[in-house]
Amino acid sequence: MSLDRSDVERIAHLARLQIDDSDIPSYTENLSSILNLIDQMQQTDTAGVEPLANPLDAVLRLRDDVVSESNQREQLQTVAPAVEEGLFLVPKVIE
Amino acid sequence: MFDKTLAELAAGLRKGDFSSVELTSAYLERIKAEDGRYNSFITVTEEQALAQAKAADASIAAGDAGAFTGLPIAHKDLFCTQGVRTSCGSKMLDNFASPYDATVVAKFKQAGAVMLGKTNMDEFAMGSSNESSFYGAARNPWNTDCVPGGSSGGSGAAVAARLTPAATGSDTGGSIRQPAALCGITGLKPTYGRVSRYGMIAYASSLDQGGPMAHTAEDCAMMLNVMAGFDPMDSTCLNREVPDYTATLNEPLAGLKIGLPKEYFSDALDPQIAERVKAAVAEFEKLGATVKEVSLPRTELSIPAYYIIAPAEASSNLSRFDGVRYGYRCTDPKDLEDMYKRSRGEGFGAEVKRRIMVGTYALCAGYYDAYYNKAQQIRRLIQQDFVRVLEDVDVIMGPTTPHPAFRIGEKNNDPVSMYMEDIFTLSLNLAGLPGMSVPCGQVNGLPVGMQIIGNYFAEAKLLNIAHQFQQVTDHHKQAPAGI
Amino acid sequence: MEWEVVIGLEIHVQLSTTTKIFSGASTAFGAEPNTQACAVDLALPGTLPVFNENALRMAVMFGLAVDAEIGKRSVFERKNYFYPDLPKGYQTTQLAEPIVGPGHVDIETDDGVKRRVRIHHAHLEEDAGKSLHEDFHGMTGIDLNRAGTPLVEIVSEPDMRSSKEAAAYARKIHAIVTTLGICDGNMAEGSMRCDCNVSVRPKGQEEFGTRTELKNINSFRFIERAIDTEVARQIDLIEDGGKVVQETRLYDPDKNETRSMRSKEDANDYRYFPCPDLLPVIIDDSYIEAIRDTLPELPDARRARFIDEYGLSEYDAGVLSGYRAQADYYEQVAKACSDAKLAANWVMGELAKHLNQHDTDIKESPVNAEQLGGLLVRIKDNTISGNIAKKVFELMWSKGGSADEIIEAEGLKQVTDTGAIEKIVDDVIANAGKQVEQYKAAEPDKRGKMLGFFMGQVMKATGGKANPGAVTGILKQKLDALCD
Repeated sequence: MSLDRSDVERIAHLARLQIDDSDIPSYTENLSSILNLIDQMQQTDTAGVEPLANPLDAVLRLRDDVVSESNQREQLQTVAPAVEEGLFLVPKVIE
Repeated sequence: MFDKTLAELAAGLRKGDFSSVELTSAYLERIKAEDGRYNSFITVTEEQALAQAKAADASIAAGDAGAFTGLPIAHKDLFCTQGVRTSCGSKMLDNFASPYDATVVAKFKQAGAVMLGKTNMDEFAMGSSNESSFYGAARNPWNTDCVPGGSSGGSGAAVAARLTPAATGSDTGGSIRQPAALCGITGLKPTYGRVSRYGMIAYASSLDQGGPMAHTAEDCAMMLNVMAGFDPMDSTCLNREVPDYTATLNEPLAGLKIGLPKEYFSDALDPQIAERVKAAVAEFEKLGATVKEVSLPRTELSIPAYYIIAPAEASSNLSRFDGVRYGYRCTDPKDLEDMYKRSRGEGFGAEVKRRIMVGTYALCAGYYDAYYNKAQQIRRLIQQDFVRVLEDVDVIMGPTTPHPAFRIGEKNNDPVSMYMEDIFTLSLNLAGLPGMSVPCGQVNGLPVGMQIIGNYFAEAKLLNIAHQFQQVTDHHKQAPAGI
Repeated sequence: MEWEVVIGLEIHVQLSTTTKIFSGASTAFGAEPNTQACAVDLALPGTLPVFNENALRMAVMFGLAVDAEIGKRSVFERKNYFYPDLPKGYQTTQLAEPIVGPGHVDIETDDGVKRRVRIHHAHLEEDAGKSLHEDFHGMTGIDLNRAGTPLVEIVSEPDMRSSKEAAAYARKIHAIVTTLGICDGNMAEGSMRCDCNVSVRPKGQEEFGTRTELKNINSFRFIERAIDTEVARQIDLIEDGGKVVQETRLYDPDKNETRSMRSKEDANDYRYFPCPDLLPVIIDDSYIEAIRDTLPELPDARRARFIDEYGLSEYDAGVLSGYRAQADYYEQVAKACSDAKLAANWVMGELAKHLNQHDTDIKESPVNAEQLGGLLVRIKDNTISGNIAKKVFELMWSKGGSADEIIEAEGLKQVTDTGAIEKIVDDVIANAGKQVEQYKAAEPDKRGKMLGFFMGQVMKATGGKANPGAVTGILKQKLDALCD
């Protein structure tokens, strides 16, 4: 299993990661070696094995529909990069 | 004083040998004087620590102190602490003073503990060496050219260097047990769902579990008494009774059935570590345990399964770091896309980006079945192996790591060889089982650890076993030279 | 060529829970920005979701109402994509194992086309926040109050064959969710939003044409218009030798056109996988049956009962049962005035007209059901005429108060005293020599029509208060006497 440059670029775009052009070869190599490691799995027969998403096979707990959170805007927005009139600001979203 | 365990310090506080303020000040002074060599703390919270210590002294004086009142600890820097920077070892959160406390942090506060500060860690807990921290690698107090292990390397180093008597850690693939082993201390990864994950910044949600790191099993028991238990804020945290983990430490071990997986004693293991572990097992036989060989045939498969599942979950868990509501935002983004890509590209380090990339790839439409789904199937097979073996024996023992601490920089360019260091620890996270690392001697002047694996929710049993071992050995009492 | 239209709908219904699907923050509409977005809604590092039981219950209610299989095991998955109003960088939704499996609803259009529309499935998911594009120095503002509001997304099979059917289907879903009380049905506030998948194919062809998706339509009228516009575009395109491109399009109601949402996202890959922070939702028969026991009378059943019990036409019964608040209102009026047909005429006529004009929901009607019933009682006991009743209704709407109070205060009580009416009729006849001559000259069977003029004069003289039945009788008798 090996990846090429365009794979790396596509994945980086999906993950919204800026990657320097000069780093692409090392990413390509690194990811390929990890994927080679992973190819070991293919030799194991897993036909009919139920995937284990959670180690305890437990069941989801349900919450009562009761308000437990009050307005904490001021406190929560102390860590925000850009806020105005209570809104989080981002570069213009074009639809 | 710095060689005392939590249990001994608690006794000292109760007897009035020293106050919490004196104790706390002493540790704070020591951190100031010594941590330049270890880089084990990212943030020291002096003011808050002294205030908490003062409050603790007041409640000790008033006679309403609990078992943990006034005891200093440190938190791994992925536990959210209200008003205190919670960096997760990342530039991304360098400016993030959490607006809320993690459940674990709140529980320690409630128990009267004093927080000395936040410990260094691999960025977003991704690593086995602490080298991926934005704040620079923490160093192993036994040899500062070596790594302390990771990702809870700062906690491991801080406890080993006696900068704090105990610290919290988190373990996704060995991140408590491996640094505990490499730093010569005792660490416990509880059963998945035993300790709340709320406020513990997620790496891989189905694998992450917080736990204690300290000098002794008894101290770990005291900490787990505070940390464990149901949390309505965490859907994966189980509503199950929490025993007093200190109450059963002295149960005799006669009749204990120990399994040694033959796969754990392969060529990949440093023969000197194998020797130390076997010597430790011999101690248990003296205590009345019986030993047999068992088999965990899918041990090797835990590496590929883990390195799919953990990055896949991480790639999604770390999407929230987008520079919109908190955390790092790049300067002068030219548009939204640019803001996302540069904030994340500049805010995350190389290992984090690598794992996000692997995880993103593994979840892509064409690869999901071959990678993610396959890994989850193998995960079940690994779990079934454990379940089968644990029907036959009470606990499984083996080495925590295949090698003692390696040198800083040694494995930097070879992620796969770094991943191999986790071979004995990963499978427990995949299965959700509890495990401990207990010091069992040294190899070339560096400590090594023995891993004890138990059945689901068998933390009390593990602590009992480790405690009994520590009653008849002194590996856990060894300190690095010059400390 | 003759074309057949194929339509499937995805309807997002906001559930009227008190709190968010995964956090304890309020879902109330219209709060100041970000005041109802807690740490979990903001996806602060370390925060985790906890599932709201009421959202589950409401989704099961919907499933039972459309005769669907209920998923005894359902699984939340993450749909990964980046957008500023999506705080976690993924939407928690259901894909492979949804809470509601295959079901169906029966629809009927205004022009009588009946069809069974199959529901492929319905799943639970969380809503996103809102992007506000007013200018903040060239920036966009993000309000996350809506983030985490529970939605049920109802996915139909491509079973509809006209825009009218699509609108009828959407109305039916609206009727069901409002009847169940699981959604406030307020489309203007976005409580129900509709994506339409539209394609055309030559009539008789089995294979589907390439479809486009019309996003986020929030009124029944726009569903019809958007689909009609898009169908016309597709047919024109194909007939001109072009090809329909599978894409998402936006309907612009001002220009009445659809246009491509030119998203840079060429090949989005949502990387679905089961959410590791949430475990599978497992429910059993007793949970489902307990919910079934609480279901209210559903629109179809109520419609049948309206026909049966009140003797309404199929059409009237359909309209009145289509919206729970309206159906409840209607039944109260019918009960209060003991005349189901009169009640139907008024609720669908005068009341509906006023609600429409003032863009008011029936729940907020200034004239309540009891008051309208009281008004109709006065028509029935001949205290006022139908025409006067409209006047009274107008005053009840604008000023409030009961019908009796207004009739009294305005002196609108009908004159039924035949002596008084006879006197007025005599005056009218005396002053209308020309019309009387015309009346006399007319063929006897045409005379009835000519009564209107005299009737108008009498009504004018009495300010509309004379009992029309009595006036007609007296007029006829007196005029016919002149003819002999």
